[in-house]
Amino acid sequence: MLETIAYSIFNGVLYGTLLFMMSSGLTLIFGMMGVLNFAHASFYMLGAYFAYTLGLTTGFWLALILAPIAVGAMGALVERYGLRRVHQYGHVPELLFTFGLAYVIEELVALFWGTVPVPYKAPAVMNTTAFTMFDLDYSWFKVFILLVAVVMFVGLWLLLMKTRAGQVIQAALSRPDMVGALGHNVPLVFTLVFAFGCALAGLGGVVGGIQFVTDPGMAFMMGPIVFVVVVLGGLGSVPGALVASLIIGILQTFFLSINFSLAETIGTLNIEDSGFFGVLWHMEATRIAPVLPFLLLVLTLIFRPRGIFGKREA
Amino acid sequence: MLHNKKTGRFAGIMIGLSMAFSSATYAQEDPIRISYIDPLSGPFALAGDGGLKSFHFAAQKLNEDGGILGRDIEIVPMDSKQSASEAVQLVQRSADEGINFVTQGNGSNVAAAIIEAIERNNRRNKDNKMLYLNYAAVDPALTNELCSFYHFRFDAASDIKLEALTNYMKDQEDISKIFLVNMDYSHGHFISERMAELVDERLPHAEIVGDVLHPVGKVRDFSPYVSRIQQSGADTVVSGNWGIDLALLVRAIDSAGLDVNVYTYYGGAGGVPAGIGPRGEGILRQVTEWHADVNVDEGLEDYEKWFQEFKKQYPQFDWYYHRIYNQMYMLKAAIEEVGNTDDVDAIALALEGMKFESPTGTVTMRAKDHQILQPMYISVMDTNAKYDAENSGVGFRTVASIPVEQATVETSCNMARP
Amino acid sequence: MATNTAAGGINALKLWPWLIVPFIAIVLPFVFDSGHTINLLSHMGVAIIFALSYNMLLGNTGLLSFGHAVYFGLGAFVAMHLLRAINDAGGTGLPIELLPLAGAAAGLGFGVIFGSFSVRRAGVVFAMITLGLGELVHSSSLMFTDFFGGEAGLFGYRDEAPSLLGVDYAPSRNVYFLVVAWTLIAAILIYLLRKTPLGWMANAVRDNPERAQFVGYNPTIVRYIQFVLSACFAGLAGGLFVITNEIVNDEVVGQLQSGAVLLGTFIGGIGYFIGPVVGASLVTFLESSLSAHTEAWVLYFGLLFISIVMFAPMGLVGIVHTQYLNWKAGGWKGNTGIRLYILVSGLVGIFGLICVIELSYHYFRSWDPGAPFILMGISTNATHLLPWLVSFAITIIGFGLMLLHGNPLLKRHISANSDGGKA
Repeated sequence: MLETIAYSIFNGVLYGTLLFMMSSGLTLIFGMMGVLNFAHASFYMLGAYFAYTLGLTTGFWLALILAPIAVGAMGALVERYGLRRVHQYGHVPELLFTFGLAYVIEELVALFWGTVPVPYKAPAVMNTTAFTMFDLDYSWFKVFILLVAVVMFVGLWLLLMKTRAGQVIQAALSRPDMVGALGHNVPLVFTLVFAFGCALAGLGGVVGGIQFVTDPGMAFMMGPIVFVVVVLGGLGSVPGALVASLIIGILQTFFLSINFSLAETIGTLNIEDSGFFGVLWHMEATRIAPVLPFLLLVLTLIFRPRGIFGKREA
Repeated sequence: MLHNKKTGRFAGIMIGLSMAFSSATYAQEDPIRISYIDPLSGPFALAGDGGLKSFHFAAQKLNEDGGILGRDIEIVPMDSKQSASEAVQLVQRSADEGINFVTQGNGSNVAAAIIEAIERNNRRNKDNKMLYLNYAAVDPALTNELCSFYHFRFDAASDIKLEALTNYMKDQEDISKIFLVNMDYSHGHFISERMAELVDERLPHAEIVGDVLHPVGKVRDFSPYVSRIQQSGADTVVSGNWGIDLALLVRAIDSAGLDVNVYTYYGGAGGVPAGIGPRGEGILRQVTEWHADVNVDEGLEDYEKWFQEFKKQYPQFDWYYHRIYNQMYMLKAAIEEVGNTDDVDAIALALEGMKFESPTGTVTMRAKDHQILQPMYISVMDTNAKYDAENSGVGFRTVASIPVEQATVETSCNMARP
Repeated sequence: MATNTAAGGINALKLWPWLIVPFIAIVLPFVFDSGHTINLLSHMGVAIIFALSYNMLLGNTGLLSFGHAVYFGLGAFVAMHLLRAINDAGGTGLPIELLPLAGAAAGLGFGVIFGSFSVRRAGVVFAMITLGLGELVHSSSLMFTDFFGGEAGLFGYRDEAPSLLGVDYAPSRNVYFLVVAWTLIAAILIYLLRKTPLGWMANAVRDNPERAQFVGYNPTIVRYIQFVLSACFAGLAGGLFVITNEIVNDEVVGQLQSGAVLLGTFIGGIGYFIGPVVGASLVTFLESSLSAHTEAWVLYFGLLFISIVMFAPMGLVGIVHTQYLNWKAGGWKGNTGIRLYILVSGLVGIFGLICVIELSYHYFRSWDPGAPFILMGISTNATHLLPWLVSFAITIIGFGLMLLHGNPLLKRHISANSDGGKA
């Protein structure tokens, strides 16, 4: 059991940090602009593909920096020429715009890079074993993921708390109209925040594309989970996104790692494995784990719509 | 406008092909059309695309040799979007267009719906009956409780694959702890249940130490499962996973440095070799009816040329579906025996019990349930294989070949014949 | 959104659409008599009911749902179980014509349960709850195989059930007439619901919940009633789907189904009663026909949707309606030529864009990009520069003329006229 717990915490943190890389950008965008960007995971995907293509010529390390910048630029274009136009019609069309955009990006990625996963890999040095815990090897790459996430969190925190630009963003997160009244160019701030959020997702993609598989389906699979993190953490709250990412990462990993079902633990009590309650009684924890985030999403929205750290409701 | 463009494009491809191979066959009559109902868009497009290219290639090869009854074969692609209800629509469309043959392979749920739709069509529409040639849907139910006179399966059913696999495993003394990782739907449920029975019956030196089901296509991080495999002390993993779910599983096993052998059905295609690359070497094994290096091992020069030509034509893909070769040639034999394509009942009767000399040996279409019986191979991922899969740098090396007798399972099918 | 009421008023005055549309619907299967086309028409009918029910939420009450397929699907499953029971009983029991009512009852029931906690808030919270619920129900559809039949789904036979009217429902045409009848009934009911005080209150809650509250109506209760009724009609569509398809599986409760109804409704136009009717028909038609003709159909679909969201948020019906009002008000006087010019140059641009996309798909996706293929009736080689140049040129010239020449021209013309006292 100790093994399982230690293991769940470590791997959950690892998975959680990847979730955080994606959701931190989304929570900024959501909190500030009220736009729940359905295409956010698509920018994550673009990050992976850009890094793969750039990496072929520049090598991984340069691609690690260039790819998020390229994704950020794409994000800026989308905000400037797409979202801003739709903004006047209200939040629902904005949401629908990003919904359609996600489809288009996925198709374009499949068009240019093909439907087969691309062979996007970490540099050879990072595939060597860094340490071994309970007989399982952990590569330097996993350590690197943690490192990137920590640097990202600290960087974000410093940016938001200690710089002037961060102060404006902070202010715009809670009182966008007031910031505009104070003479700041709110549309420009919006474009920059959107681009920055996309770049963060792109960075997540650079790393996540290696950890998982880089294929056109990666956005579609990650998308809903990222929403869950943002809602659970609280809209616009970066620390909230971090905590929620870790909670979901650890909880999901734990459910997957244990061998548990009500029937096995308490006894079958002659309940047959059929009918609604019977099936639930016999349901293994591993089978529940993937729907856990959505259960959390619904429960959060019912009982605490502002999330763990959020200051205001959606 | 769009319609003309697509048919035009298809015609263009055909012109290109005939120029490239300078074959001078002219169809005297209308082509014999086969609807290909598989996903051609969306997340499963890769699988459908590979199958379609294989069918196009096989049709082209047959046409170069004069087609069937002197008529060309035309594959009519139809996008099922991996949806059972869409597939039912496409069966209807095929019937409207007077097509007598339908082929499909991705998803036993879609296959069951097609069987249902074709039975219904053949009952309600007696002038235009149809045959369903199944090249890859492996649910045993399709040739047992759901078996139909109009359905023929050219792939080994899941129970046959497990039969072949356990017949191999029973001689491997070093297998002692087996862990099952499967997808949470009927395909995975079947493997998990059947494998437990087979281990009890056949592998006295081994036991099942774990059995997990995970949702289809939703798990991004397989390391929790790997940790359970590690804690159970397993030395062998058996998995019916396919596509991304298999690639991620093997990658997680490799990066954790776990020393296990993973036995699979679908290690050689569907983006798995490309997704895993050399990291699967020595870990990933598969049970299939054929793989590229069988040609090398058994000196099948003609078939090797077939393989190479396919690769030249479709550099991103490999000739993987040996069953499509069997299927097309067996269909040709049956139609030529009957002499026309309209008497579907007679063609079905001709296919029943047919023996065919395939490059890998004699294969038989069992009359009782329309399940093909064929020799099988166990192979392991190896960088030294002559042909790599999906340009990944690793291919498969034969570990064992399983004769037909050891790859046969009885059937409970009791089909209604016309 | 305000046009909603305006459009409703116009439709109420004119009864003729209610006569013409069913007449066309009844004539259609005699014009196209292939089984596939008739099936497609039946599906349009089902999609229309579903989209109309969806618009009771999105258009009328301002609730954006990402999980409306839950009610459609659960209705379908309940109806399918009933149909199977009828089949098993040797074809005795509820007449097949009334089967959709079972779906409607199921939709109502689940709407009552799930709605009770979904509708407390509108906006993003509601959208996210429906998204989560959709995922939960879809996931459980593969867990509770007794009820959902696993991924293989459930089959039933519509011709092995009693018929109220003594009709044999094996031929798809007879089923189609049943679909038309139910579609008409559902459309009339939904239309009349819009005209009740409840319908007006739903609009009020959509536009300004606080004010509605002050007037004495609890927005949550208004939303709840709308939600439950909408779920009921979605279930009705699900029940009808069982009769047309005779197969139900996990897809019917899935995200794609929820997404498709959203796309269709919005493309048609959420502010109009006939918007969802047009949108659902178009989307159903495109989905089944476009995919047979081009690989790029998902891309075209996405681009169409994005263009609608960006440039015509009132949907296709909105475009037509705006132009119609404009024309009626004399806004076209003297500039009809310019409008036509804009339309034609836009179409030229779209034509060029289609050429570019088809060239790209051939170049990137085909095994031999150099093989000649027929593009718009001309044999083309995608590896040569010329077709690309021509396609891009057509695109740029088309859109360029529309945006940089036609639109300013029209604006100048209108402002010149309005100086003369015209609005």
